[in-house]
Amino acid sequence: MFGQLLSSLTDGLLLGFVYGLAAMGLSLIWGVMTVINLAHGPVIALGMFTAYLLFTQAGVNPYLALLPVAVLGMVMGLVIYGVAVHRVLNAPHLSTLLATFAVNMIIIGVGTAVFTTSPHNIDYSLGSFSAGPLTVPFTRVVAALAAMAATALLYLFLYFTRPGKAIRAVANNRMAAELMGISSTTMLALSFGLGTLLACLAGGLIATFFPFTILSGGPYELKSFVICVLGGLGNPLGALLGGLLLGGLEGLVPAFMPVSWVPVVEFGLFVLVLLVRPQGLLGAK
Amino acid sequence: MRRLLFLLGALTVTALLAGGMAGAATKNVVIGFTASQTGKLNVEAIRQINGLNLWIEQVNEAGGVKLPDGTVLKFQAKFYDDESKKERVQELYTKLINQDKADFLISPYSSGLADAAAVIAQQYNRILISAGAASDSTYKKGYTLIFQVYTPASRYLTGALDLLAKMDPAAKKLAIIHEKDKFSTDVVEALKKYAEGKGYQVGLYEGYEPGTTDFAPFINKIPAGTDAILGGGHFADTSTFAKQLHEKGIKAKMVALLVAPPEPKFAELGEAAVGVIGPSQWEPLATTYNKDTAQKLNLPFVGPSVEEFNKAYQAKYKETPSYHSAGGYVAGLLLGEAIKQAGSTDTAKVKEALDKMDLLTFYGRLKFDTAKDHGLQIGHEMIYTQWQKDAQGKLVNQIVWPEAFRTAEAKLYRQ
Repeated sequence: MFGQLLSSLTDGLLLGFVYGLAAMGLSLIWGVMTVINLAHGPVIALGMFTAYLLFTQAGVNPYLALLPVAVLGMVMGLVIYGVAVHRVLNAPHLSTLLATFAVNMIIIGVGTAVFTTSPHNIDYSLGSFSAGPLTVPFTRVVAALAAMAATALLYLFLYFTRPGKAIRAVANNRMAAELMGISSTTMLALSFGLGTLLACLAGGLIATFFPFTILSGGPYELKSFVICVLGGLGNPLGALLGGLLLGGLEGLVPAFMPVSWVPVVEFGLFVLVLLVRPQGLLGAK
Repeated sequence: MRRLLFLLGALTVTALLAGGMAGAATKNVVIGFTASQTGKLNVEAIRQINGLNLWIEQVNEAGGVKLPDGTVLKFQAKFYDDESKKERVQELYTKLINQDKADFLISPYSSGLADAAAVIAQQYNRILISAGAASDSTYKKGYTLIFQVYTPASRYLTGALDLLAKMDPAAKKLAIIHEKDKFSTDVVEALKKYAEGKGYQVGLYEGYEPGTTDFAPFINKIPAGTDAILGGGHFADTSTFAKQLHEKGIKAKMVALLVAPPEPKFAELGEAAVGVIGPSQWEPLATTYNKDTAQKLNLPFVGPSVEEFNKAYQAKYKETPSYHSAGGYVAGLLLGEAIKQAGSTDTAKVKEALDKMDLLTFYGRLKFDTAKDHGLQIGHEMIYTQWQKDAQGKLVNQIVWPEAFRTAEAKLYRQ
């Protein structure tokens, strides 16, 4: 029992790092722009497919493929911002929801036409590490480490670079930032691009150990909502912590009840946090 | 004027006679079906289509089926992509019958989809040959026009326990992890009953949602000292399950999983495929079903030999046939034979011929229940295969059970 619990928790936490990374993009966009990006799921899926295509068509190592995946994510974010978000930024919330939802539908529609809904898989293995009752596939360890690295880089960027500080300034008070000579449009586009970059990166990592379809981003988008509420908006550490809590929960629940109960507990937690601490664990006061 | 009218009358009569003769010469029989060219069942479904299309091509090239009244029947397939969805299946089978005028139907792949098609077939009085659908429950609903080619789900994995008893009589603890769909649930319910009846302990018995990609939570629940892990579902999820069992370093005497292992594509898992046992409806190495066997059983042997089927299939599709391919082919073969015996394409007459059917093909024996579970396949048996490495380290899918079919000795999974 102890061995099973330890295995379960370890697997859950390792996955939690990746959930955190996936949520970080949504959290950044939501926190900076108060825009909820409903295209988040399909963007994650496109990250999966980009890594897959580079691996199967060009023979690129899936981890090296993460660089072009990140570039694609940034470019995609800039395009989505320019085409779908910029013009409705000051409109009621429903407009940005509909705009990003439209992007969601477009990506899924085109993705289904191009890739169908057949499962795809990156056949890549790094072997496993064993210690006592634990056996951990290295692909999951690498994904967790990559998520930590991405979190650290994002934190450094937001708090220790000029563009990062500018983004936070725009998030804090857009008009005041503009008065200080910061181009809010540029900063908002950059933050949207960073958000989708992180989503694609998460997708690329997930593709190294799970099969996927163009619809596979959906579950991670839902988990991202829970994590944003749990960890608080706009803070990379909050997203990572929220991801770990969710992953830990996913590890613990199956040890005591059927796996099917995991979503019930997750969304129950979601509601509980909204009721008790709506700003989340590390969210702004 | 009278001469003109006479001439027109003569032409009319001539035209009618010509039309009648032409109609008596050749008739096109439309076989309608949907197939999952996309969605999660695509690997299995495409092979089934390939098998059926091969039969159609062969029977037409051989001159078609001749009826007693001199009519020659040629066969034509009409199919749509059901996207692995039940709603699409029901829309499309209705369309096949009403618009495309399909005379006979073949089921879509998978028990859930076949069940959705069966209700339409019965409702519109069309015979449906069910291939790629093993669930027993469809045949407990009172249908009279649905005929099953596959060995039923209730007998899918029970033979694996017979093999386990042979491999290691001391084995006692099982874990059953299965897809929560009609077919897989039917398989494991029968398996659990059979296992407990044989004195096995089932330490873990849990279902996963279709579309599951993370099996670690289930694998982590496998009790220590488990001797055999059985279950799975369809190709995509079962392949992932097998891969993750390997990644987690699971030790067991046997791992027996549904649907995926008999597919040649399963070998792409590499090391993760080694030792995995799969129940198969048919294997290209299974040469036991032949004319000699038919003679001993006092049954007619119908259709090509195993060697002939393998050769024709590989020539046309450039791939090794799997049991999904054979199932599709035999569905057509069975239908053709029933029409021949009935001497007609009339639904009632063909049904009567199928009810009486008892024959041997390269695929195995085919005979249908005509009582309580009408249409259930009661003649066919499962074969169990295991991926093993040959002397050169290459992965080969060997037949390990029953003993009469064996091409290699079964090996323990991981110790």
